[in-house]
Amino acid sequence: MRLPYYPGCTLKTDAQNFETSTLEAAKTLDIELVELPRWNCCGTVHALAKDDVIHYLAPIRNLIRVDEMIANGEIEDGKLVTQCVMCWNTIKRANTAALEDPDKMEKIRGIMEKEPEYSGKVEVLHFLELLKEKGWETITGAVKLPLEGLKVAPYYGCLLLRPREFALDDPDNPRIIEDLLEALGAEVVDLAYKSKCCGAYHAVHMKEVSAELSHKILSQANEMGADMVVTACPLCEFNLGKRQHEIKKLHPEFSSIPVVYYTQLMALAFGLNEEATAFEENTPDPRPLLAEKGLIMER
Amino acid sequence: MIMENNESNMVTIHVMGKSHEVPGDLTIMKAMEYAGHQFRRGSGCRGGYCGACATIYRTKGSYKLLGALACQKMVEDDMYIAQIPFSPAEKKSYDINDLRADANAFMVHYPEISRCLSCNTCTKACPQDIMVMDYVQAALRGDVSEAAKLSFDCISCGLCAIRCPAEIVPYNIAQLARRLYSKYVDGPAEHVLEKLKEVEEGKFDAEIAELQSLDREALKERYETREKRL
Ligand code: SF4
Ligand code: SF4
Ligand code: SF4
Ligand code: SF4
Ligand code: FES
Repeated sequence: MRLPYYPGCTLKTDAQNFETSTLEAAKTLDIELVELPRWNCCGTVHALAKDDVIHYLAPIRNLIRVDEMIANGEIEDGKLVTQCVMCWNTIKRANTAALEDPDKMEKIRGIMEKEPEYSGKVEVLHFLELLKEKGWETITGAVKLPLEGLKVAPYYGCLLLRPREFALDDPDNPRIIEDLLEALGAEVVDLAYKSKCCGAYHAVHMKEVSAELSHKILSQANEMGADMVVTACPLCEFNLGKRQHEIKKLHPEFSSIPVVYYTQLMALAFGLNEEATAFEENTPDPRPLLAEKGLIMER
Repeated sequence: MIMENNESNMVTIHVMGKSHEVPGDLTIMKAMEYAGHQFRRGSGCRGGYCGACATIYRTKGSYKLLGALACQKMVEDDMYIAQIPFSPAEKKSYDINDLRADANAFMVHYPEISRCLSCNTCTKACPQDIMVMDYVQAALRGDVSEAAKLSFDCISCGLCAIRCPAEIVPYNIAQLARRLYSKYVDGPAEHVLEKLKEVEEGKFDAEIAELQSLDREALKERYETREKRL
């Protein structure tokens, strides 16, 4: 299976372990993810302002690149796989909105000029959706090191489930990450806060806001006996993981807990090497705990 | 006596609102000089290399505002022309030794690149046919090599910068990308270092001394026959 893949800039800069673990885990499942040629920034949230045409250019341009790959015979299916939840949310919503509004599409075409017309046929998939499509048995079939005894709390954050009509799973009771974790042999810890906001970009201007929200989520994970939290979003990983020192400042009694990408646990369970799991890029370091559980070697 | 017999080939151009009849086989720069303009700014190499002669124009009946190098682009009938000899741009000073070849280098010095809309207006404006948007995007994600390669032919004419709705100055990004590339990706040019060493060791001293002893005629002769002697 060969599919175009849209990495987004965060996976190329601050979340490189998300990208390496994704690509390696996909390889194990015989999914060849080909980086979209000439991709540009997805346009993020700007693209979603209702009456704004110019911000649609960015996501639609990426979809035209997929059309080109099909025309060149590089891929068969008109699918685009994304991993960063923000890219996924933006490109998928822009795709739908543009197709529902022919006037807007016409305007976009007029401004783009040199680009070919967008076919409107590309399907935007999150990597998790691709995994579900493959089937959880297939995932289990690829497991070499079941994550037995590892208690993992999935954290969805906002963008995988909002707005409701775009949610990748039941927005009130999502199961997709739970199903994946169970397929990998881990024990799921179900957080009531699994889709509460982590503070998102407040981390830039109002650190305490993000720290307080993240504190609630992580404390619940601690109370429920989770060993670690998994996420699908680089911004969640930043707020919940890399910013735990900010939480400590406000709540000295808080005990830290590792936060990793779900793909890193896939890479681990598939028996891939340290380059693929890339745990050294996570803060706090999950390796002592994984060693204690006998899932990686003591170093 | 300038081409009076060539009238059939004459075209009309409009330079900053004033109309002129000029021969149709001239570049914008030569046509403007033919019409009596003198270039004090906005001209340099006359060969498409220096980027000094950025020009914008429209042709009659078209809404399109186009960009060109005056020394390269031939005039067309009913061209409305204005020169952009200088485009004001904030240029940051940095010590290349303090930077790393990653996205941060661009974000710190030119944070406005994160405003890029992927509108591609810059690419459409570029007289060098560079994929300007693509190199800005490459820089944004820290792909220094790609940004340096794509922007290799940039001559800093400024046409992209005056069209960008996000007020990005792409050629500053391009310059930083190529500097980072040569410093951190490509590394030092070994053959140059070797030559420098040879120079320092005096390998060419005798030859230089000999040249210095020659008179004007002998030097001229040497120069004229240089190809043969190589
Ligand atoms: S959503 Fe974020 S990671 Fe994705 S392309 Fe846009 S800015 Fe980059
Ligand atoms: S990239 Fe911009 S500055 Fe460079 S040649 Fe093209 S238009 Fe001119
Ligand atoms: S013109 Fe400016 S905003 Fe548009 S693509 Fe080029 S750099 Fe980005
Ligand atoms: S007229 Fe031009 S500059 Fe003004 S809002 Fe419209 S597109 Fe933008
Ligand atoms: S004068 Fe140098 S590029 Fe035109």
